[in-house]
Amino acid sequence: MDSYFSILFTEVYKILFLLVPVLVSVAMIVWLDRRVWAFVQKRRGPNVVGPFGLFQSLADALKYIFKEIIIPASSNKLVFVLAPVVTMTLALISWAVIPFGEDFVLADINVGILYLFAVSSLGVYGIIMGGWASNSKYPFLGAIRSAAQMVSYEVSIGVIIINVLLCVGSLNLSDIVMAQQNLWFVIPLFPMFVIFFISALAETNRPPFDLPEAEAELVAGYQTEYSGMMYAMFWLGEYANILLMCAMGAVLFLGGWLSPIDIFPFNVIPGPFWLIFKILFLFILFALVKATVPRYRYDQLMKLGWKIFLPFSLFYVVLTSSFLLYFDLLPGK
Amino acid sequence: MIAHSVFFYIFSLIAIISAVMVTVSKNTVHSVFFLILDFISISCLFIMIGAEFLGMIMLIVYVGAVAVLFLFVVMMLNVAEQKGQWFSSRWDGGTHIPVGLLVSLIIFFELIIVIGGWKYKPDLLNSLSINISTEVTNTRSIGNVLYTDYILLFQISGMILLVAMIGAIVLTYRERAGVKRQSYIKQISRERDEGVDLVEAERNKGVKIDA
Repeated sequence: MDSYFSILFTEVYKILFLLVPVLVSVAMIVWLDRRVWAFVQKRRGPNVVGPFGLFQSLADALKYIFKEIIIPASSNKLVFVLAPVVTMTLALISWAVIPFGEDFVLADINVGILYLFAVSSLGVYGIIMGGWASNSKYPFLGAIRSAAQMVSYEVSIGVIIINVLLCVGSLNLSDIVMAQQNLWFVIPLFPMFVIFFISALAETNRPPFDLPEAEAELVAGYQTEYSGMMYAMFWLGEYANILLMCAMGAVLFLGGWLSPIDIFPFNVIPGPFWLIFKILFLFILFALVKATVPRYRYDQLMKLGWKIFLPFSLFYVVLTSSFLLYFDLLPGK
Repeated sequence: MIAHSVFFYIFSLIAIISAVMVTVSKNTVHSVFFLILDFISISCLFIMIGAEFLGMIMLIVYVGAVAVLFLFVVMMLNVAEQKGQWFSSRWDGGTHIPVGLLVSLIIFFELIIVIGGWKYKPDLLNSLSINISTEVTNTRSIGNVLYTDYILLFQISGMILLVAMIGAIVLTYRERAGVKRQSYIKQISRERDEGVDLVEAERNKGVKIDA
């Protein structure tokens, strides 16, 4: 029992060591998102609070904290309060398995990628709960849209993950990174990387797939009735999910913590920094897409997910496995 | 080991309580939420006995997909309003209660048989053709069994699911008239000649489009 508690304490320290940077970087990433968006549109973006406007998100957070939390009278109160908590928690617990370096991971579990996939598929509940509990038309429509969209794109993400797993032969995220030592999977599986990127946009409800919160039709979708800190929690959860998707893309396709080439100036930089560079690179791509692409129509979105991405990624599974089988490259033999 | 059993009892307690709440709670949407809680705590139990693959698949399939569909149906159909009527005397809609009793009786006897079978578990473990080693991860050992000894059953169950899926689509599919569909190829292949038409408009009469 005693040793158990000592283990528990060290784990709590580790978790804090991971969560605090994640939360701070979520705040920073909101600022970066708005800055990139502004630069594409030839605006300045947030540049007033702090140097380059870096503290803008902190100011926003402060504002949200002091705002009143309004719980609609006809809402289902318990579920209404629970929804942002669920979103936030699910966005944060998935960081436990992301490997930042060799032996630099909170939980090195054997089924890491399945864990990530499971947690991201749970993410839809925060949205459904929020939309249903608000007991109002716009949130409900937003929640229905969002649930249908996330379930659809999860399928293609799952198939893409199978592609990567075929090349690795393990569900462990550290093994997935180590398998890319010679060749990042983005090169042989480039079409899958593109589809993963687009599906990640849809999975996190980012533009051009932000139909659940399309302001022209649904006010703000499932978040319409939320205010103050509860709205901010939805918001933080959303951005933490986006970061997580970027991290997943970096680990699956861009070689995680590995440096691009194993020669002098590159391999001195420690692994975590490489992972952060890659996450930032993917995030800037996310922000550029938001700034440049117009919103999809809902039937186009469904068509893209079910009729184009799913058959193509299934076809690619067949292609990858036949290639590996033919050239006798299958791992784990 | 004490901590392990403490967590075991916590998760089993949550599982049992939420299973009871699924049937007891008045609001159908709450029932589904309790069902989800039940699934999650059962997958926690799976992970605790070291079957992490099963636990994760449980989460992905049941919580991530099946329960979402349940929630969809319950929310869309507004089942909550009908629930009280089933046991009232005014409602004479059919024979739900005898059928329900029959099904629950069958499940009850099945459960008794399963619990009785627990006694024979050591014999069963000894009679298995494969020996379970702790060295190999359980994902790999499940794959080893599933794709060699039981490949036929595995494939047949996949086929049955596929047939069920196609059947459901065929049963519910209706061709609706008057729906305007978008065809990308048709849009892209449109030329100027067919798109633009020069019309000589007659005075005081105008032009009739879409004729």
